[in-house]
Amino acid sequence: MALLELYHYWVFAILLMIGFYAVIAKLNLIKKLIGLSLFQAAVFLLYISMGKVEGGTAPIFLDTSVEQLYSNPLPQVLILTAIVVGISTLALGLSIVVRIQEEYGTIEEHEIQEIDRQ
Amino acid sequence: MTTVFSIFLLTMLIVTAIAIVRIRDLFATVMLSGIFSLLLAANFFLLDAADVALTEAAVGAGISTVLFLSALAMTTDREKAPSSNRIIALIVVATTTLTMIYASFDQPTFGDPDAPIHQHIAPWYLETTRDAIDIPNVVTAVLASFRGYDTLGEVFVVFTAGIGVLFILGAPSGKPRQTTDFHSEGLRHYLVPRVVGRLLTPFILLFALYVQFHGDYGPGGGFQAGAIFAAAIILYSLLEGEKRALEAIPRSWLIGMTAGGALLYSAVGVAGMLLGGNFLDYSVLAENPVAGQHIGILLIEAGVGITVTGVLLSIFHAFTARDKF
Repeated sequence: MALLELYHYWVFAILLMIGFYAVIAKLNLIKKLIGLSLFQAAVFLLYISMGKVEGGTAPIFLDTSVEQLYSNPLPQVLILTAIVVGISTLALGLSIVVRIQEEYGTIEEHEIQEIDRQ
Repeated sequence: MTTVFSIFLLTMLIVTAIAIVRIRDLFATVMLSGIFSLLLAANFFLLDAADVALTEAAVGAGISTVLFLSALAMTTDREKAPSSNRIIALIVVATTTLTMIYASFDQPTFGDPDAPIHQHIAPWYLETTRDAIDIPNVVTAVLASFRGYDTLGEVFVVFTAGIGVLFILGAPSGKPRQTTDFHSEGLRHYLVPRVVGRLLTPFILLFALYVQFHGDYGPGGGFQAGAIFAAAIILYSLLEGEKRALEAIPRSWLIGMTAGGALLYSAVGVAGMLLGGNFLDYSVLAENPVAGQHIGILLIEAGVGITVTGVLLSIFHAFTARDKF
């Protein structure tokens, strides 16, 4: 049980940095975008983990006669909308990558910089 | 038991993420990121976030995989060069990870009911929802009513991103293009996907409507329903060809839905003002304030669902309409 007390935060930190590594070290633009969505997913996980209450349940009143502990609804609301906004901005990023491929013939960052220098 | 299971799921997340970054075959990477989303959805479910799990499963495992695949079809599925400045990047990443893990010892322990996050406004939302809004799903109540302004903003962000994709890829222009077999035929000649897909599509659509209108009472709402609805139509166009899907829902409708949903949401806000309340105050929409809240939430969730469906499908068609040059 003691392991689980902070394990969610550690997983958040590791996932966040795996995503960040892909963004800064990878040269392929699609790989960078995948890294960015990993980064984003880590933030989602942090918010939802913070909202959890031990012994609580999903914040939906099913049987009001029983006194029940509920998890925090607010982080869930924030992340719910963030996921859909995330996919829309991801699509925008991918469409820019597609246009770069059409103009430069490559989506590798160092090759694009090479072409720009010429 | 739950503890063991959630540790297993979280560890699987890390393993999948490392595989995603290491594998150079982008096709495999995209498939792994679908698996990652599914694992994340399972984690959300264990953390009592049923609504979020539903959204992540529909959006992350379904639609984003399709978008990545269509982007790969137009670019390349092979990552050429290895990483640049790998050592420096690893040092930065390792240092930051260790710092964050060190900082986590000051965090309130997981699930602690006395943590600051549970003290401020969350109890108020839980209590007030019962009296003022009277719907069982507190997440929907906060999303649609208490924080209606936020959600309106998010809907407009989704709308703007959709318009941005249409501008960049210029899909709606009527320039003639070569139709490949895929565009007109889809997977029609493959028996198993075709039969299974035909059986599933109507039920997925029905489920999307259920999620849309049952959002007040259980997990669900406009964002999830829009994603599921779009996923059903995307499945249909993968199986029957894009042409047939566009015959069912033409592009002009999609543009109309994209704008119409956001306008419906704003119109509900303005209606509140005209009836003497504040912007997005639903209590004045009916004689009884609680009934007014119900009407307002139903309408704005419908607006959200329509916009999300319109945007996701417009984006999908914008990607598939562009040929590999």
